[in-house]
Amino acid sequence: MKDINSGGGTKTDIEKRNASYNAYVENVTPKGSCVAKCFKAFIVGGCICVVGQIILNVCKSIKVPDTDAASYTTLILVLLSVILTGLNIYPSITTFGGAGSLVPITGFANSVAAPAIEYKKEGKVFGIGCKIFTIAGPVILYGIFFSWCAGLIYWALKLIHVL
Amino acid sequence: MTGKQSLLFDKDVYVRCGATVVGKKESDGPLGEMFDVAVEDDMFGKKSWEEAESHIQEMAVDKLLIKSGMAVSDIDYIYAGDLLGQLIATSFGLMKYEVPMFGLYGACSTMGEALSLGAMCVNAGYAENVIALASSHFASAEKQFRYPLEYGNQRPLASTWTVTGAGAYIVGDKPLDKKKCVLIKGITTGKIVDYGVKDSMNMGACMAPAAAELIEANFKDLDVDKEYYDAIFTGDLGEIGNRILSELLKEKGIDVADKLFDCGMLIYEGETKCSGGSGCGCSAVVLGTYIMDKLVRGEYKRVLFVPTGALLSTVSYNEGKSVPGIAHGVILEGKES
Repeated sequence: MKDINSGGGTKTDIEKRNASYNAYVENVTPKGSCVAKCFKAFIVGGCICVVGQIILNVCKSIKVPDTDAASYTTLILVLLSVILTGLNIYPSITTFGGAGSLVPITGFANSVAAPAIEYKKEGKVFGIGCKIFTIAGPVILYGIFFSWCAGLIYWALKLIHVL
Repeated sequence: MTGKQSLLFDKDVYVRCGATVVGKKESDGPLGEMFDVAVEDDMFGKKSWEEAESHIQEMAVDKLLIKSGMAVSDIDYIYAGDLLGQLIATSFGLMKYEVPMFGLYGACSTMGEALSLGAMCVNAGYAENVIALASSHFASAEKQFRYPLEYGNQRPLASTWTVTGAGAYIVGDKPLDKKKCVLIKGITTGKIVDYGVKDSMNMGACMAPAAAELIEANFKDLDVDKEYYDAIFTGDLGEIGNRILSELLKEKGIDVADKLFDCGMLIYEGETKCSGGSGCGCSAVVLGTYIMDKLVRGEYKRVLFVPTGALLSTVSYNEGKSVPGIAHGVILEGKES
């Protein structure tokens, strides 16, 4: 906490003051327990996976082919997430579970459904249309881009008979 | 001008009357019963959050006029602002009154800015009565600065919660009630202060240096010490910011921890408290309830009201810039005659 007040003057003085202030702020800002956060994320993420597994098993038990059963599982999870977003329940789940509900596909669905609801009032084109991927946009863009890169590497490796 | 940043008014400038309007979360808080209007529905019966915030402003002005027994025609100017882009809550909320208006943006310090400019105008004799007003709405602020409400995310412990509410005040050259009134004795206008904090979820840390410099400037300009005030109220530093401010002031040789209060820390309680309340509405509604009440009742003789603002923009933030702060000081006195 030394020197955080030593006022302006040269650029280096200000940089020093800012660095020392930021270090002080970092020190006094509570972070919460990482272990507790991980535990909550594990529980919530685990529960979502269990729900997915149940859907998958039910699909298989009614003789749905394996690949279709996986797709149905994804679809139903996304649908559930969107419904819970509409009912304003999903945000509470994430507030508790953090990455446990952000990372699964249900979190992705929430990140698309939430702007759709919020920006509906700004119109179908400039509201929902333009802003629906405000949060999910980077995932979609870079997801597609890196899939393409991976495909390119796969193709190149096949060409030189490594694969 | 007194010193470099302050003014002491040569005439009596009064806060003639105040009106506060809040949402449900605020009315459930410890000051709940003191607010003039509390509305359960956070949409305030409107279609969008922005319309809701405009309506809060309108309700605050209507209530203010009823309480003061004045007509719109008695108001010479309005000084008002909110947190939204291009001040849309203010434009649409105050349009119908057809009063000459100055739209202000001081982030969450707007209440201090509006009162300062209003008092300057009245003291100079350009107006008899002006309205100073500021508002914020949790949902419209989240939408503008962070995420849509339905998006699930975790709020850091240091984050604050934008107050849904508006405070409106009539600043004039005569008191409404001579027996007990609140006087604006002077102002200290803040400079933009940037200590390079880039964490937009820790606004208290962004604003604390601005508040510290403002309080120091006020003491220096007026040549007073902490005994001059019964209390100093910052706007919305929250618990973390309040602790940082005490420490910063102590470093400057001003030990006022026992007199330092934060409007953001007074408005919520219990689990929903976060680090405290924030937004222009926060200091605006605490002024009209907790602070003015104590001034009128004589519990406080003189306070320094310091709304604090974090000059945050999603554009500058994404471009890697820090979040500068600003604070405006208003010296308020309770007067009995």
